[in-house]
Amino acid sequence: MKPAPFDYVRPGTLEEALQALAGHPEAKVLAGGQSLVPLLSMRLAAPAVLVDINELPDLDHVRVDAEGVRVGALARHARVLADADVARVQPLVTKALANVAHATIRNRGTTVGSLVHADAAAEMPMVLQLLGGSVDVVGPAGRRTIPVEELYVGPLESSLHHDEIAVEAFFPALAADTGVAFEEIARRHGDYAMCGVAAVVTVDGDRVVAAKAGYLSVSDIPAVVDLTEALGGELRDASLARAAEAALAVLEPETDIHATADYRAHLATVLTARVVTAAYEDARTRAGGSK
Amino acid sequence: MTTKMMGAKVQRVEDDRLVRGTGRYVDDVAPDALHTAVLRSPHAHARILSIDVDAVLDVEGVHAVWTYDDLEGAMAEPLPLLIPHPTLTHGRTQYALAKDEVNYVGEAIAFVVADDRYVAEDALARIAVEYELLPAVVGIEAARDGAHLVHDDVPGNVGARMEQSNGDAAAAIAAAPRTLSLDLQIERSACMPMEGRGTVARWDPDQNRLQVWTSTQTSTGVRAAVAAKLGLDLGQVDVITPDVGGGFGVKIVHPWPEELLVPLAAQKLGRAVKFTEDRREHFISSAHERAQVHHVEVGFDDDGRVLGLDVRFWHDHGAYTPYGLIVPIITSTQLLGPYKPGAYHVQFDSLYTNTVIVTPYRGAGRPQGCFVMERTMDAIAAELGKDRADVRAINFIQPDEFPYEQGLIFQDGRELTYDSGDYPAMLDKIKELVDWDGFESFRAAKAAEGKRVGLGLACYVEGTGVGPYEGAHVHIETSGKVKVATGLTSQGQGHQTAFAQIVADELGVRFEDVEITTGDTRRMAYAVGTFASRAAVMSGSAIHLAAKRTKEKALRIAADALEADVDDLEIVDGVVSVKGTDSSIPLGTIAVLSNPLRYAFDEASKAATQFNVGDPTKPPVAEDDEPGLEGTDFYSPPRSTFASGMHAVIVETDVETAEIRILKYAVVHDCGHLINPMIVEGQIHGGVAQGIGGALYERMAYDESGQLLNASFMDFLMPYVTEVPASIEIDHLETPSPLNPLGIKGAGEAGVIPGSAAFAAAIEDAERLPITAMPISPSELFALRAAHAQESK
Amino acid sequence: MSENQHEIRLTVNGTDHDVAVPARRLLSDALRHDLGFTGTHVGCEHGVCGACTVLVDGQPMRSCLMFAVSAAGHDITTVEGLARPDGELGPVQQAFRECHGLQCGFCTPGFLTTITAGIAENPEPTEDEARDMIAGNLCRCTGYQNIVKAVCRAAELARDDRAPEGGAA
Repeated sequence: MKPAPFDYVRPGTLEEALQALAGHPEAKVLAGGQSLVPLLSMRLAAPAVLVDINELPDLDHVRVDAEGVRVGALARHARVLADADVARVQPLVTKALANVAHATIRNRGTTVGSLVHADAAAEMPMVLQLLGGSVDVVGPAGRRTIPVEELYVGPLESSLHHDEIAVEAFFPALAADTGVAFEEIARRHGDYAMCGVAAVVTVDGDRVVAAKAGYLSVSDIPAVVDLTEALGGELRDASLARAAEAALAVLEPETDIHATADYRAHLATVLTARVVTAAYEDARTRAGGSK
Repeated sequence: MTTKMMGAKVQRVEDDRLVRGTGRYVDDVAPDALHTAVLRSPHAHARILSIDVDAVLDVEGVHAVWTYDDLEGAMAEPLPLLIPHPTLTHGRTQYALAKDEVNYVGEAIAFVVADDRYVAEDALARIAVEYELLPAVVGIEAARDGAHLVHDDVPGNVGARMEQSNGDAAAAIAAAPRTLSLDLQIERSACMPMEGRGTVARWDPDQNRLQVWTSTQTSTGVRAAVAAKLGLDLGQVDVITPDVGGGFGVKIVHPWPEELLVPLAAQKLGRAVKFTEDRREHFISSAHERAQVHHVEVGFDDDGRVLGLDVRFWHDHGAYTPYGLIVPIITSTQLLGPYKPGAYHVQFDSLYTNTVIVTPYRGAGRPQGCFVMERTMDAIAAELGKDRADVRAINFIQPDEFPYEQGLIFQDGRELTYDSGDYPAMLDKIKELVDWDGFESFRAAKAAEGKRVGLGLACYVEGTGVGPYEGAHVHIETSGKVKVATGLTSQGQGHQTAFAQIVADELGVRFEDVEITTGDTRRMAYAVGTFASRAAVMSGSAIHLAAKRTKEKALRIAADALEADVDDLEIVDGVVSVKGTDSSIPLGTIAVLSNPLRYAFDEASKAATQFNVGDPTKPPVAEDDEPGLEGTDFYSPPRSTFASGMHAVIVETDVETAEIRILKYAVVHDCGHLINPMIVEGQIHGGVAQGIGGALYERMAYDESGQLLNASFMDFLMPYVTEVPASIEIDHLETPSPLNPLGIKGAGEAGVIPGSAAFAAAIEDAERLPITAMPISPSELFALRAAHAQESK
Repeated sequence: MSENQHEIRLTVNGTDHDVAVPARRLLSDALRHDLGFTGTHVGCEHGVCGACTVLVDGQPMRSCLMFAVSAAGHDITTVEGLARPDGELGPVQQAFRECHGLQCGFCTPGFLTTITAGIAENPEPTEDEARDMIAGNLCRCTGYQNIVKAVCRAAELARDDRAPEGGAA
């Protein structure tokens, strides 16, 4: 399991990096490499050139303000996970990151890299989708912002152009009177989830005024379902069941060696109730705490 | 100071080098070596129409590329069938490189030697093979069906059919007041040591001699195989087993194709050559185990006493049978565990499939046998509404019945006769350890919280320390240091420590002064190997005997030198003295005296001049003596010694998600006298973790075309720390074996044996639905619940 | 056509090593085969087992998931760099020996590096935190029981190290 040969450049500036990409139609960007290197070693991918962006300046930032969290292309998962301001402004990012692989992988892997790898079984693309975030990319034509609704276009496929580099992701801040929760069930701790669910719930007093859930490993591209209508404003067994039904109508769980489609659907149902309830409690606590 | 080392928790001497990173594993030696890679079949069953290697020849850095057509003489013959058996009527083995046909994904087809592994893999990508695809036989059902054949000349895919009986089981079942039948199955798993296979070889043209380092469980076996296949004299081949990163059974298989191709390449190219298996290769081209389907008929009385037991099973041995029938023979005999059924009949078919070969994996057929027997015991208890422990107790062999003859022939060709044990006492211990009698109130308390819990128990007996023999050589140097060699190999069992404990006790030397070498054919050319939980029993006993011999010689010379009677001497910290006097002589000095040289090299030689030994009128080396303070001895027991154990586990099955959590795991273990309890407990911990893996996580997932779908650590789910319980409760029972001088029994495999049986019982107890197939995942438990709910409607 | 070589400087256990490697050379291979740091072991080459874990600028990383060229300019610590300056075993090494935290020893270097960083960050881990610290490393021999004990023991030894000589305040 050794990679096929490739040319390697480690540019010192973003401009050089873009030139390197532009010059090689089969070039690939190397950031954390925690997903890419195994693919190379198994020779499932064999790019002609790797553009290592790890030494680019000013891309390892984690900036937090009232609007949300901005994560630079070279910010490692571990760094984002450890940032107390991130946990304060958008706690779902923190909760989800704690479930990304194992700590050692998080020390090298980048959050932005995970986002543009576009794996529907990975936590962060789903979270970005659920929160309605975006990714900023820089290409020959300059910088543009790709809203998440336009980012994920197919299985393991993003709308980034070949000659573009993702430089920053934006996760909007938690809105007022809103809570979040995340739970996934994996065969082993740290494995890809058989199913995972995240929820964002907004309350007005006891009532649910908005609820959305994101789903892992039960669709080809990161899936988000609006559960507001199904819940009908309240959390009861019946409304939670309706919410899960609404989700299953959209999701497309499949059978693999670890779990059947039926079981994944069942987990989606169980986790929808658990996670929506937990997000609701979180919202109530936050709403109460801010008064 | 004399503290008895046997039985002490002595810290391991191996650890210093291993924690510093200065251990030497096979890939660490010969940094100048050329590297190799193997082209492996992408198809489970195919005819090879052509192989074109032309595109490889101009790859810079490639030194050789071979296919079957490049092999000559014995190398062009099939690999050896290591353990033939009369009932293995249709044994087949593969070629070092495939000839005409491939029979599993991963079978070796071409071999490349290059500057490094990267270039070697580049070369593989340039080899073009044309295949004609043949139908793949995957799984026991397809093999039994026989619609397609793995080997054209093996009808019904049946490699062997074997039968054994003790009494008339059919008649006993027919006459029994009650009967049950069960269908039970276990899936494929694998040893999966952290270090894969690996071999390095260097040809020394100055000495006309081959040196081979290999990650094996038998260096003497590899030596004989390499010599035979390469047409060398045994004396031209040295095999050294360096540090080995785990074995668990898979590395007893030999010679692997690479274990022959690497030495051949070293000889032909005149360079050191190395093969280091990667993880994907380990999945598809080493060995698996465990897959069996069983049908049980049992007749019993109203107390649960088994009157007749008839087991028919089908064993999937993969594409070839290099290791014979060891695994199914063990299942068929060790299935009986601590019990004495009135009559027993067993028959198995060993079947070919187009999958990786099957050879022993820690436990070696016992986990399946234990699963079958213990599921049967639970079924009897359920049928009678009796306590599951009570049903087991009534079937136990009693302590006064040893030696107990099961009336069968064991895997070593000897009578299956248990030497010692105390199963009732063990049952008492495990019940206490897991709080068997308090479980129903625990269950009720958990139920009140809305939680579902279950308790499972499984008992086993394990034949350990199988022959034929092991040997040891003990040498006391003039420095007083003791150098000991035994031929079997080590893969993490701490032999350098445990064996040194035995020597220190027997010789009366400091533990620190003893150095043990294992698995080096230059130091001990006669040995069998490390498998079947035999190292402590076999080499431990041989080392004890060799140390005893050495001690006798030391005392004889000391008696002469000190002008004392042998019976008045004692050895403490390496010094022989006349008890109660100042008169003494160090062992190092005795070593000088034992070797009547002309020359004095060191202080020890000078110190020895004060003593006079021997009779000046006789030859300096007596007729019946040899120079040197050494002793060699061999241990060869009449039969195996039988260790035993009982495991109990409490699980919670998540009411909503069907996840299975381990709340408590308890082990009672009897391996006779313990040499080093710390090491034994470590072995149990590791075995239990593998048992958990086998019961809840690990399986080889083949699709119907014979592709292994989970050939990576991503998808073959070995437990991390997060999948094993925070504590494993262990209690020991010590019923010494009467068969060896130290009263020891083997301990290496035990921990894994009852895993699937205990978990199946616990999950069944929690869920109140029959568990008949292992391993089990949450997804499968969920499906069972759904099916059961459907049936109950 | 011969592969382009990159002249790089790797800093391993505080010493600089100049080496020429092709871009695709994994850091694990460069450490083992180019520089002779064979204490770093390779168990899966897809980032799952953790045997190859080394510290990069003090952080545990999989050396099989990095290219040597990417490691240039960073401080790498391997298992060979964990002993005390006087050559005695470092606290994590000593704890593994005391607690029987290893059997075959193949996975051990990855655990040792991971725990070294772990107890630097969390000097007083609870047993749960100890388990969490090693949750990404596979061991096939020990069932992890004694490794967890070794983490706690290592933390204790490291704390003793930091305590002022003679225990005076």
